[in-house]
Amino acid sequence: MKSSAGIPLFNLVAESVAYENTVALKNITLQINKGEKVALVGPSGAGKTTLLRILYESVEGQPSFVHQHYSLVPQLSAFHNVFIGRLDQYSTAYNLLNLIKPQKKAVQDIVPILQQLRMEEKTFDKAGALSGGQQQRVAVARAIYRGAEILLADEPVSSVDPHQAGTVMELIMQNAETVVVSLHAVEFALEFSQRMVGLRDGEVEFDLPAGEVTQMMLAELYRNENPI
Amino acid sequence: MLRTSLIFVAIALIALLLADLEISTLHPFTELSRLALGAVTPDVPALWGFKAALLNTVVFAVCGTFLGVVLGIGLAFIFRFLPVRLFCAFIRAIHEIFWAFIFLPIVGLNSTCGVLAIAIPYAGIFAKVYAEIIQESDRRPLEGVPSASGGLSRFVYGVLPVIYADTKHYTGYRFECALRSSAILGFIGLPTLGFHLETAFREGLYSEAWALLYAFYILIASLRYWLKPRLVTLYVAAAFVLLSKTITVSWENIVRFFTYDILPWPMRRDGYYDGTHAVSYVWESIPSWAHEIFAQEAWEGIGNTVVLTQIVLVGTGVFALISFPVACKHFSGRIVNRISHYGLIVIRTTPEYILAYILVQLWGPSMLPAVWAILLHNGAILGFLTSNNADLVALRVDAPRRWIDRYLYEILPRVYGQFLAFLFYRWEVMMRESAILGILGIYTLGFYIESAISDDQIDKVVLLILITALLNMGIDSVSQFVRRRLKISSKLVTSS
Repeated sequence: MKSSAGIPLFNLVAESVAYENTVALKNITLQINKGEKVALVGPSGAGKTTLLRILYESVEGQPSFVHQHYSLVPQLSAFHNVFIGRLDQYSTAYNLLNLIKPQKKAVQDIVPILQQLRMEEKTFDKAGALSGGQQQRVAVARAIYRGAEILLADEPVSSVDPHQAGTVMELIMQNAETVVVSLHAVEFALEFSQRMVGLRDGEVEFDLPAGEVTQMMLAELYRNENPI
Repeated sequence: MLRTSLIFVAIALIALLLADLEISTLHPFTELSRLALGAVTPDVPALWGFKAALLNTVVFAVCGTFLGVVLGIGLAFIFRFLPVRLFCAFIRAIHEIFWAFIFLPIVGLNSTCGVLAIAIPYAGIFAKVYAEIIQESDRRPLEGVPSASGGLSRFVYGVLPVIYADTKHYTGYRFECALRSSAILGFIGLPTLGFHLETAFREGLYSEAWALLYAFYILIASLRYWLKPRLVTLYVAAAFVLLSKTITVSWENIVRFFTYDILPWPMRRDGYYDGTHAVSYVWESIPSWAHEIFAQEAWEGIGNTVVLTQIVLVGTGVFALISFPVACKHFSGRIVNRISHYGLIVIRTTPEYILAYILVQLWGPSMLPAVWAILLHNGAILGFLTSNNADLVALRVDAPRRWIDRYLYEILPRVYGQFLAFLFYRWEVMMRESAILGILGIYTLGFYIESAISDDQIDKVVLLILITALLNMGIDSVSQFVRRRLKISSKLVTSS
């Protein structure tokens, strides 16, 4: 296992999680250090979402998080949805004011992020009126705007157009010191992460530097399913 | 569902046998034709003289709704606590007119009384509905909001935008109800539309009465043009300015009400006769005081209220089942659709109290006018709603051609669950109306409450209103039980 001399941020030891009848995670031991860019890969139902949840809850200070189902407020604009990422860092009065009239500073901070995601034209459109891929980019923008040192993302490019997904992945990786991202699409993991954790049926199948993961290992991980 | 329906029909048939349904006026049809004549010869110029009453009707409704919303929002946030839920159920179980009776000895017969009579029960209703809207809303957006953002920020970003449309829609619908409540409060002497309507009907000035009714319809129909979210602040401010001129709160009266007026008569009797108004604590005589009220009035009132309620519950259902196909596109042509659609709107816009008042004038006081009034008002609401639901059904191309087959095999089975849910949802409303119509001389609980008010027996008024409220809460739980058993839900279907 790769373990640079960094400071451990996440440290799971023999962690198991079970929902009613099904076991979601079995006996997971995982250490992630400051500065690592980790990809969680594996077929649907392998436990990637559950693992991200556990990681989220195991650290203080609430990392940035890109939800699999975006968790946007469809009635609010893209701008406001992004702003939600930092609600806890401003006073209630400022939050209220910004809801009624977007504040200059917030707009100056948020528009460049949306610009990088090619979403600036949709800044003041209602999130509910956007396409799935656009909504997902708003969710990514919210996590980037939050600007926490740790960013966790659950399938953050699953709905984004293929020709834009690379840009989005790059932004996710650049904008936080430590990133853990679950990906169904293996090629993004190989391209953008330094370390890959392969999950299957709630167990860690491999945990290697991205360069050491072979096609054989991936085929084994995704047996009975076609990797994308 | 069918079995439950038949049980309720059987109960209603038994209730019909127990009910007094006679027509006691000598010339019901002469009166009816004069009423019909009034409808085509409305005395529009007379309206100018009633402008203050029209304004009051709106002002009471605006202030009452606003206070109800403010209190309701506060209560909605703590609605998960059982005592809060019971408290809300209690305050909304008491009809606006009964609340007016309670506030009468405290603040007098004036604007304050009218506004509070609307605000208090509406607060209970808003609390329940707002809490339900929040509960049933999509919670996922809130997951994206950092949990340390502070309660208010989390609410305005994560919850309010999600529930805004539903709450706005429901509050608007309730404002329409408040206009009706405000209007009928005039019948007990408050300075709103109902006051002049009562006078006009009593004196047989039907042209004047119709002018007032038409003005009321126009007021309701025009709501969509002037009830705009961004104008609400203006309306509320203006209404409170107008109201402030007549606001009266006497601390002395409030204290007297709670420490003297509502005490059982035996405790006040000695002090009353020797002129000192001293209170004597004769606890042992209270059971016989309560027993007397029950034996002479309450049981009779409860019995008649229940009989009337069960008749109109089924009557409303029957009316809706007959009327909805007429307004439904799967059964009749466009023109008939439109006409019946608006017909149902007009009937449901007319407050049941006014309908009952008119019918009592025509037929004399018995259960008959009350049955028709409640049945028409609620039946129109339910018929309208059911026809809207039925319109949403997409019929297949090879659907039965004969309308009766289509009705029984295609449409009715699809809309019956929701129909029944909404009917049971209105059960408690119908009981509240059954009780209140006693004021018009039908021997339901309202009759005895009104008599006690005339005799200035506040203790009896409070006890009887308490009984009415508990009866209502009882019916509400039975209704919830039935709906849960049948697994049917009307999910906040408001009738607009």
